[in-house]
Amino acid sequence: MSEQETAPAATTAPHRISRWSAPSTVGTSAFTLVFIVLALLPWWGSASTQFTLVEVLYYLALAQMWNLLAGYAGLVSVGQQAFVGIGAYAVFLLAERNGVDPWLAMVIAGAIAAALSVPVAFLTFKLVGGYFAIATWVIAEVIRLTVLEIDSIGAGNVQSFTVANTWSGYSLETRSDLIYWVALALAAGATVVAVLIARSRLGLALQAARDSAPGARGLGVNVMRTKLVVWVVAAGWTGMTGALIHLNTSTVTTDDAFSVTSWTALVIFIVVIGGVGSVRGPLIGVAIYWFISEQFEDSDTWRFIILGSAATLMALVSREGVDGLLQRIRPFEIFPIRRRLLLDGDGDADDEGTDAAR
Amino acid sequence: MTWVNAIVQGILNGGLYALFATGLSLAFGVMRFVNLAHGDLAVLSGYLVLSWAGLFGDNYWVTMVFVAAVMAGVGYLAQRVMFNRTLGDDPLPGILASFGLAIVIQNVLLEHYSATDKIIPLGDIVVRSIRITDQIAIGWYPLLILVVAVAVLAALQIFLSFTRLGRAFRATADDPSTAQLMGINYRHLYGIAMAISFAAVALAGFFNGARTPFTPLTGGLLLLFAFEAVVIGGLGSLWGTLLGGIVLGVAQSMGNQVSVGSGILVGHLVFLAVLLLRPRGLLGSEARS
Repeated sequence: MSEQETAPAATTAPHRISRWSAPSTVGTSAFTLVFIVLALLPWWGSASTQFTLVEVLYYLALAQMWNLLAGYAGLVSVGQQAFVGIGAYAVFLLAERNGVDPWLAMVIAGAIAAALSVPVAFLTFKLVGGYFAIATWVIAEVIRLTVLEIDSIGAGNVQSFTVANTWSGYSLETRSDLIYWVALALAAGATVVAVLIARSRLGLALQAARDSAPGARGLGVNVMRTKLVVWVVAAGWTGMTGALIHLNTSTVTTDDAFSVTSWTALVIFIVVIGGVGSVRGPLIGVAIYWFISEQFEDSDTWRFIILGSAATLMALVSREGVDGLLQRIRPFEIFPIRRRLLLDGDGDADDEGTDAAR
Repeated sequence: MTWVNAIVQGILNGGLYALFATGLSLAFGVMRFVNLAHGDLAVLSGYLVLSWAGLFGDNYWVTMVFVAAVMAGVGYLAQRVMFNRTLGDDPLPGILASFGLAIVIQNVLLEHYSATDKIIPLGDIVVRSIRITDQIAIGWYPLLILVVAVAVLAALQIFLSFTRLGRAFRATADDPSTAQLMGINYRHLYGIAMAISFAAVALAGFFNGARTPFTPLTGGLLLLFAFEAVVIGGLGSLWGTLLGGIVLGVAQSMGNQVSVGSGILVGHLVFLAVLLLRPRGLLGSEARS
């Protein structure tokens, strides 16, 4: 009798559902603080730190985008170098050849990459797993070889962003500071975009589609459209990042701009080592990447051997990567993604929604 | 006449692509696994032939047999130790593990052999040819590769159709859990499939390495060729793989006929056209998906 009375009482007890918890409040504050400290780096850091960080930051941007594709949308692309290359050549044509301001050109380059990703999706979205992976790679090769055939771009030769054209009106110092800030904005922006997508209806639909496509369809999720949105966002952001990468090195060659090892393999390693399917993964992965590349500064091959072996091992052992291992030792949050049911009066939280990991 | 010649040379090249594709096709057919390290394994085999030829008095043919046997053993172990852990509905671990392996192989080769290109010196046979008309000549060596490819595919077909083990392969490919209930140890079986796959790609790596100079970074392109041949021909069909290799070879040599150097691009485009218009490939069966 008394049980019957308390049971309904419990379900109607005052409660609320919240994404914010003490750990995620601390985590998000820490993320914001780090962002501010890094934004001020040109005033307190050395030029060489700033130079190294540009690379780390654009890899973070690429890694967040690849993680959105593979970890959330189930689109395991090995062809993201296509969009880096498109971004590189678009920004070169706009800024160097046609006098567009380099930063405006970078944004347009992203839009071009996003637009071109739609026909790629049309060709590849029917394919699954390894099929999709290699097909995206073939398409990246098709785009690279096509660019090589266009003589007016002067592909096949080294093309440079010159002070006279691209950087007219920018002093050397403002140029390097701006490159750094834009890299920071792309990295932080990619992270925020990933958090927002994970929190949105879209993120929920993606997780449902990833866990069971027919089930998700039954619940009214348009699986193809959901995946397409993420694909286009990732392509656009990757394109912008590709533009920045080449503004930073100030040269474009087809081999480098469309390099599968530099812009896809390394990015995959970063995500897999950090942890696939969680926004934390790329952050942790890029920190490990930074550490490893400092240790093997003068040998690209050893860097790839170490990171590739670690990623292979991680793929065999744990999909959640280093993040998963850390979570097992002591769970923590950085961003308010996971929904929690908070009952009035006690701070105990039940996991209701899921983080994307799993 | 130059076009006829382009087609003839394309068909001959197709033999090599079919040989590359055989192992990839078998691994996908039996365990639904796409090995992204496939091309790099071919390159690795090429380097092993060069390094170990001294053990066999510089007889590259004998060395090739030895390397293929070693690669078969490595393939069995790789499947048992690594790839069997990636089985399941989620293709992500398999893709990531084999892609990681591919990049590691590339860089270990770079570290050990440097980036300069190498070729396996087989001597005269590579350049000798049979003259048919003034414009058309059939090279002995490409012809040999085509014959080897057909022989490998025929042997595999006989193995799958008529032997006990072959039946176990087909049963496992159709339904792994039921096959296991019938007493088939699928982990061991997958190991054997991967051993065959590695041995076949070692053979392909040898034949390719004696014809075209290779570097540690050649593997990616070889993987794409193998994959394209499999998809063009159609999944689950060994003879489709041969047809796919030939179609790819002809597409490439006709492309080069139109504009020198655009053969690879034309091959890719033919692959994409097949993907778009006939996703199951030219000989792919409707029943399998």
